[in-house]
Amino acid sequence: MAYSTKVIDHYENPRNVGSFGTSKEVASRKDIGIGIVGAPECGDVMQLQIRVNDQGVIEDAKFKCFGCGSAIASSSLATEWIKGKSVDEALTIRNTQIVEELSLPPVKIHCSVLAEDSIRGAIEDWKKKSGSAAAPSAVGHNA
Amino acid sequence: MNPSKNPIYLDNAATTRCDPRVVEAMFPYFSEKFGNAGSRNHRFGWEAEDAIEQAREQCAAVIGAQAKEVVFTSGATESNNLAVKGAAEIYARAPQGQRGRGHIVTVAHEHKAVLDPVHRLEREGFDATFISPPPDGVITAAMVEAAIRPDTILVSVMWANNELGTINEVPEIGRLCHSKEIIFHTDATQWVGKMPTNVEADCIDLLSWSAHKIYGPKGVGGLYVRRRKPRVRLEALQDGGGQERGMRSGTHNVTGIVGFGKACELCRDEADAERPRLLALRTKLERELTSRLDVTQVNGHATRRIPGTANISFAFVEGESLMMGVREIACSSGSACTSASLEPSYVLKSLGIGDEMAHSSLRLSMGRWTTAEEIDRAISLIEGAVNHLRKLSPLYDLHKEGVDISKIVWQTH
Repeated sequence: MAYSTKVIDHYENPRNVGSFGTSKEVASRKDIGIGIVGAPECGDVMQLQIRVNDQGVIEDAKFKCFGCGSAIASSSLATEWIKGKSVDEALTIRNTQIVEELSLPPVKIHCSVLAEDSIRGAIEDWKKKSGSAAAPSAVGHNA
Repeated sequence: MNPSKNPIYLDNAATTRCDPRVVEAMFPYFSEKFGNAGSRNHRFGWEAEDAIEQAREQCAAVIGAQAKEVVFTSGATESNNLAVKGAAEIYARAPQGQRGRGHIVTVAHEHKAVLDPVHRLEREGFDATFISPPPDGVITAAMVEAAIRPDTILVSVMWANNELGTINEVPEIGRLCHSKEIIFHTDATQWVGKMPTNVEADCIDLLSWSAHKIYGPKGVGGLYVRRRKPRVRLEALQDGGGQERGMRSGTHNVTGIVGFGKACELCRDEADAERPRLLALRTKLERELTSRLDVTQVNGHATRRIPGTANISFAFVEGESLMMGVREIACSSGSACTSASLEPSYVLKSLGIGDEMAHSSLRLSMGRWTTAEEIDRAISLIEGAVNHLRKLSPLYDLHKEGVDISKIVWQTH
């Protein structure tokens, strides 16, 4: 299948790749939330880490992704979109916006769902660790 | 997208470029010599018939058969269907509509063009055993012998596997079947034209092969049907004008058949010299990639493989994204994302290779026009793309930290 120019751009120049330390190092950090979604046997795993300040603003975000080009682009785009946003704003991001921005075909909608889930997962994790207001309830999709 | 001007074609197990000498041989039969070989009373028909009989000789010669034993079809899928379903109907032990019509032995990592006909036969009253391959992918005569039952009527085992290139023990399986008077079919699509083949010495009753895998045109193939010791009979799948001894009715694809014949002749003349060249290219490709990149494995038996096919898993890198990173290279992947079914390769899974390693695999298959320079370029392109993707891979990080990824409980979708 042909990829959109935006997918290729994110694939070739992924934004905000990395992490704030090894899994052990970041596990105890209260200002960092981690969302890991997917599974290796399904062919995609996304890891999103966010660093949140006292005002609840996402100061920095880093991702790693094992998956197809569309999965890499979705998670790269997600980091761009959430940086500088408050956690509440970030929670309003929907997978359908990612689909539209990257022109993902129907078989790749799954990738955008994972990206949305990784945002929710990271924020939930941060809320739990930092003792902020109760984590949002069940993760919902617009697949 | 801007793929390089000179893409590297490493998907010769999918299809091959038609050799210009084959195209040249076919050319007159499109417009100048356009006759129907079934027209018995004029020169146009005779011309077509002569061309077909010459092609039949060329095709028979590459497999060590008599010309009369070659049935022309539309390709290996049709040949496999005709062989498996056609033989099952003739050698059935009970009439249609009953159960217990006979037992068929085949293998879990056969091509779908064998598996699906066998599944249909199961619904129609036959029993089947699908042998699970060992981790090296090679099916031995002992494995077949263990699967055979007193009511076994047909054994179908491919010669070389299309995804792995692994070579099954075909002459040995053929001898076993002959000793037990069981009909033996082999899907030799990846074998014939590249490897020495002799249906007599190799004890084969039915053999399928295809033109477009051996530098011939698409849409034409052959089925070898043994005529003596034993005389193998088949129930036709389509009825009509009675062409091909009644086993395959339909006006002959004269141009395609002429091309198929020429392609077989070229393979017969050139394959002996081609094999060591391809083996050297494959060896270099595998050796370089597995030494430059860690946690990288060649799938299937280390040596018992046809020379042109390599199947390599690059752990913690997903196959479709890897192909995206090497867009100059045309190849295949066992990744779910590249298949219509969205399932990872059932061939790799059947060897006990985990789903995650199947998602991480590339099949790179070389052919007549693959050069050493292309292989060198492919090695560095793949190395670069794997390194790029591993920098992005959370799994590679965990691996580097010493975490056993198989022990992690993932939140699956």
